[in-house]
Amino acid sequence: MNPLELARAHPEAPFTVRFDGREIEALPGRTIAAVLWSAGITAWRGTRGEGQPRGVFCGIGVCFDCLVTVNDRPNQRACLTPATPGADIRTQEGTGHDD
Amino acid sequence: MTERATLPPPTRPDLAVIGAGPAGLAATLAGAARGVHVTLIDSAPQPGGQFYRQPAPGLGARRPRALHHRWRTWERLRTGLDAHLAAGRVTLLSDRHVWCVERNTDPSPAPFTVHALLGPAQDESVAIRADGVLLATGAYEKVLPFPGWTLPGVVTAGGAQALLKGGLVLPGRTAVVAGTGPLLLPVATGLAAAGATVVALVESAAPKDFAQRARVLAAAPDKLAEGAGYAAQLVRHGVPLKLGHTVLEAHGGERLESVTVAALGPDGRPVPGTARRLPCDTLAVGHGLLPHTDLADGLGCRLDGPAVHVDDEQRTDVPGVWAAGEATGVGGAVLSLAEGHIAGRSAAARLRGAVPDPAEWAPADRARTRSRAFFDGLDGVYAPPARWAELVTDETVVCRCEEVTAGAVREAVGSLGAGDLRTVKLLTRAGMGWCQGRMCEAGVAGVAGCAPVPARRLPARPVPLGVLAAQPDRPPPPPPDR
Repeated sequence: MNPLELARAHPEAPFTVRFDGREIEALPGRTIAAVLWSAGITAWRGTRGEGQPRGVFCGIGVCFDCLVTVNDRPNQRACLTPATPGADIRTQEGTGHDD
Repeated sequence: MTERATLPPPTRPDLAVIGAGPAGLAATLAGAARGVHVTLIDSAPQPGGQFYRQPAPGLGARRPRALHHRWRTWERLRTGLDAHLAAGRVTLLSDRHVWCVERNTDPSPAPFTVHALLGPAQDESVAIRADGVLLATGAYEKVLPFPGWTLPGVVTAGGAQALLKGGLVLPGRTAVVAGTGPLLLPVATGLAAAGATVVALVESAAPKDFAQRARVLAAAPDKLAEGAGYAAQLVRHGVPLKLGHTVLEAHGGERLESVTVAALGPDGRPVPGTARRLPCDTLAVGHGLLPHTDLADGLGCRLDGPAVHVDDEQRTDVPGVWAAGEATGVGGAVLSLAEGHIAGRSAAARLRGAVPDPAEWAPADRARTRSRAFFDGLDGVYAPPARWAELVTDETVVCRCEEVTAGAVREAVGSLGAGDLRTVKLLTRAGMGWCQGRMCEAGVAGVAGCAPVPARRLPARPVPLGVLAAQPDRPPPPPPDR
């Protein structure tokens, strides 16, 4: 059993996004966080102070732990941002700016 | 980054309902049926809130109810909303992130302006005018810190559920669900039903805590039946229920690998010799919910502790502002529906210059009274371990955004003499990060030994400077056709 089977999902055609240069499959409508989780990826940020790995924590846009760089825009909340075909998603180190 | 005006039809008084969860939907239906136009504003792509969070349409879920409770209620709400939308009595503005509700000094053309960022980019703001405002802003999860809680793979219980409901995805394959509160039950059963191996449900409330409240629980047979239903599902999925236990630590390098759990003694401390290590790749953890009160606070509404103060009609102490649901005190979906219904009816009457008759909403009033009594009773059952703060080591990060350790907080109190949360924040930066202390307030307060005073958070969410710079000094003028 998996969640798609449980909800009897018949997703529309998948598309591809890139995460740190490698291609992963995304189902339409999923947020970036859901796409990364479905690919077994749980961390996509290094903290500003200690460079510690972080990913989703609250899942509803409140905690800002899941910040990620999308198409060169840093500090996007992965749990709120829908994945789009061809999106270039990169692990965000620190502030995500070259500083 | 300009400000655009979104205007309701000018014929009826306009009520802006903020939040499309159970309370907001019930309020919308009640108001729209009684002579006001409702503008329903919500941050998600689709209505439902957290409780009725829907799978993304692109996922083509033919049986979304498998992930939900009280689905028939949702269908009724959705049908009602669709009818009002078709009739033009409701305007639904999804994907709008409200950052401020403004009470206009000049009530003409409208007493209130709601400012919302357009999702998903959130770099442009719209202004929505309203004659009255109904806040149904819901709640978010409280998580108390413990060693290892910042590891990837540790998520809030509600967060795990949100991604499951909305994205039809699991955080991992083997999960421990832990903390305290009724939310842990649907989260554990939901993860198990969706194919995760739930290693344990670790609840800090002990059997005796439930026994002591037997009379309160017995007064709500429907809730008892619901609890029994969850218990049966846990048994069916083979999920061990560890009452009177707590997570001592989460372990892992780059991500979670296992958690240590232990039994709690009567003094609220772990019982020596009871610690067990459970391998898992996911820990879904929560210690209850906290009301979203930022917009109410910004309007100057009185708060009672962590919740918005309301009267019997769900009116705040600011004229023209109502509040309903978890924002006025956490009590679940049934209470939210009752409060939303009453608030919507009251707002519809008062915005049309009439005085509502409370007898007309007597059934909702009874449901509200019952639900509140039940949740007051539950509050005494569900509690984090009395001495949880002692388990937080000095090295543990308590403020996740600013990476402030418990040691730094203790130093601020012990060596620097901080006596309140604000001073701790000024000395350590705990609570100054992106989340503005929503995630760490309770934890920092507990570690510091200070009272958790709700912070004032204006604006209610991050707003690009360009949006603020573009704000006009006055509300936009009415269009010529009004």
